[in-house]
Amino acid sequence: MADLDTFRRETRAWLEANCPPEMRRPMTSEEDTFWGGRNAKFSSEPQRIWFERMRDKGWTVPHWPKEYGGGGLDGEEAKIVRQEMAAIGARAPITSFGISMLGPALLKYGTDEQKREHLPKITAGLIRWCQGYSEPNAGSDLASLQTRAESDGDDYVINGQKIWTSYANYADWIFCLVRTDPTAKKHDGISFILFDMTSKGVSTKPILLISGRSPFCETFFDNVRVPKANVLGTVNRGWDVAKYLLQHERAMISGMGERGGSRPLGQVAADSIGSDGQGRLDDALLRADIATFDVDEAALAAAAERMVDLAKAGQGHPAFSSAMKYYGTELNKRRHELLMSAGGINALEWESDRSGEGARPRAWLRTKANSIEGGTSEVMLGIVAKRILDLPGA
Amino acid sequence: MPLLLTEEQSMLRDSARGLISDHASVSHLRQLRDTRDDTGFSRQLWATFAEMGFAGLLVPEEHGGSGLGAVEAGVIMEEIGRTLMPSPFLATAVLSASALARAGSAGQKSEYLPKIASGALLSALALDEGAKHRPLHTALQAVRSGNGFRLSGAKAMVVDGHVADLLLVVARSAGTPGERDGLTLFLVDPKAKGVAIERTIMVDAHNAARIRFDDVEVTADHVLGEVDGGAAVLSSVLDLGRGAVASEMVGLSEEVFGRTVAYLKERKQFGKAIGEFQALQHRAAHLYIEIEITRAAVLKALQAIDADPAKAAAAVAVAKARAGTTATLAVQEGVQMHGGMGMTDQFDIGFFMKRARVCEELLGDANYHAAQLAQLRGY
Repeated sequence: MADLDTFRRETRAWLEANCPPEMRRPMTSEEDTFWGGRNAKFSSEPQRIWFERMRDKGWTVPHWPKEYGGGGLDGEEAKIVRQEMAAIGARAPITSFGISMLGPALLKYGTDEQKREHLPKITAGLIRWCQGYSEPNAGSDLASLQTRAESDGDDYVINGQKIWTSYANYADWIFCLVRTDPTAKKHDGISFILFDMTSKGVSTKPILLISGRSPFCETFFDNVRVPKANVLGTVNRGWDVAKYLLQHERAMISGMGERGGSRPLGQVAADSIGSDGQGRLDDALLRADIATFDVDEAALAAAAERMVDLAKAGQGHPAFSSAMKYYGTELNKRRHELLMSAGGINALEWESDRSGEGARPRAWLRTKANSIEGGTSEVMLGIVAKRILDLPGA
Repeated sequence: MPLLLTEEQSMLRDSARGLISDHASVSHLRQLRDTRDDTGFSRQLWATFAEMGFAGLLVPEEHGGSGLGAVEAGVIMEEIGRTLMPSPFLATAVLSASALARAGSAGQKSEYLPKIASGALLSALALDEGAKHRPLHTALQAVRSGNGFRLSGAKAMVVDGHVADLLLVVARSAGTPGERDGLTLFLVDPKAKGVAIERTIMVDAHNAARIRFDDVEVTADHVLGEVDGGAAVLSSVLDLGRGAVASEMVGLSEEVFGRTVAYLKERKQFGKAIGEFQALQHRAAHLYIEIEITRAAVLKALQAIDADPAKAAAAVAVAKARAGTTATLAVQEGVQMHGGMGMTDQFDIGFFMKRARVCEELLGDANYHAAQLAQLRGY
């Protein structure tokens, strides 16, 4: 305990000395997120300084091994770093699918060579990754995917199409599910493979969404040659890797509502609407809705904490991340409905400097995808019903 | 502090669960109800509770108790919630014991706390007066008289009020209802002149009483804590009670949910188990998730109380609000998914619905606690 107290004091002091004041303010636009990658651009000097200091300390991923550029911290220490960052409203130094999704799968399934090749580039923000899972006819029924990888000497030749590939147009590499055995049963002929997006035959096309923005792309593979050594895990057992990774993806999506430094809803609403003589938000029903939301958000944060503690104690249920994904995404949608309501007519501006080019309505519309991407809410409930509650299959 | 029970806390849970499920299943409550039992709970079982150290769980060791905390109280309450066992645990062992331990004079502590720990003394907190829980709206008057006070007014739904050997009465010695200053706690003998106690049969067949105080004389020795300054100790005692009731609701929710899922697996309609229907699967999964999230929030609050009661208010508000909403959903879904059987008195499920309604009102409902959180967060 004394050691952890010391660690907390040191962490607090280090963050205080190293996190620029500009990086402790709530994010207001997409440029405030740093994604890394070959073409990475910092939107400001403080953003660069903050990222580089965290990278040099190994704290882009505090709990990964030091040999891969992580911080080598244990679970309790990593939790302290998160708590102390939250306490000063520090932004995440980098947002990365390499960290939140691929990394855990690489650590579990990767060969030594694969780990040495990819993990340090992830912690240092050198390579930006995207995920090639969904296809036009394989969304919620992901195992129906049809993208083929045919053996040709030391390579696979990949043909097919992916859809909803987040930020594929900015990504350097992709981790991708492909069918390596078309004769096997649906889940059994799939492999998990990594390749460079600049490979010949890869092309992407953004999909314009209701938010007017495009995090998602269609991604096409036309005779793309990929070395067989790039398969992660066992050939035809890619579904195991995919499922493992999905748990992390779901945990990440469930936490989206509480991303560092966002302002409390009640304050946003009070600034916008005003308060009555007793300091209460001057809209009793909205106040009630926000208060109920705050209750649920605080409870979800406790559940997320408990999920980590249960996992550490070896008592967690692997399907529980589906429960958290379901609740976290539904809650995040509620949050943005309330933000729109709090903003009133001022939140309706779409194209103006004053509104940050419609940041709030665009974010609101974006959240509607939360309960679809990474497995729909209905799929999550089905997983909980069958795998945790053991209800009979239909 | 991990959001898990420690090994000692798990052992406490196991021993409480064993005792309660052996001696106080739902049929125990049913029998007390059907026989219109005068006491409304089993004194014999309470004696066993005391022998096992549960009655004195929160009583400091120097006064014969175990000196344990909110998490342990929650562990016992959760088990009570699973079988709906009626007992003086909340009123005596949680609310009264902690009020005496925190605010009592040396003399008051040594007089009452050992008796609470031994199971010999039952005590009740007389607080609420109106339809809803509003501690600061206390209007029962305490007028100075000689070296003491005279109490006049009425209290409603005093849990275990009709069996209590000692009443902790919250009164207004100054100020007007709604103000924080001017509250005083008194220790009152229920047999004192001017005290009229009417047992009320509550919807859930648990104990409560309406109590009138008509110029009841108390001396300065009967003041618990500071005159006019009772709000601080009251709020910390109430937060502990709220955490305890929230725990009971977690146990209740989980039990009713477990019974419901079992029913979904066995009940057949249209040629298959109703648990195969996606409409019911999704509702069951949603309810499971609500319960798990609430469990975490309640444990968080209990740990916060043990770490620093003065800083626990927000976590407690979250826990009690969540527990109320979750228990309400759990019993409603439980009855609905049991179909017509759920509506019968012969089936136990209705007992859970009734108890959930009472627990929701006890020490503040979900709306009250959501509003508290809003106020704490300044909007």
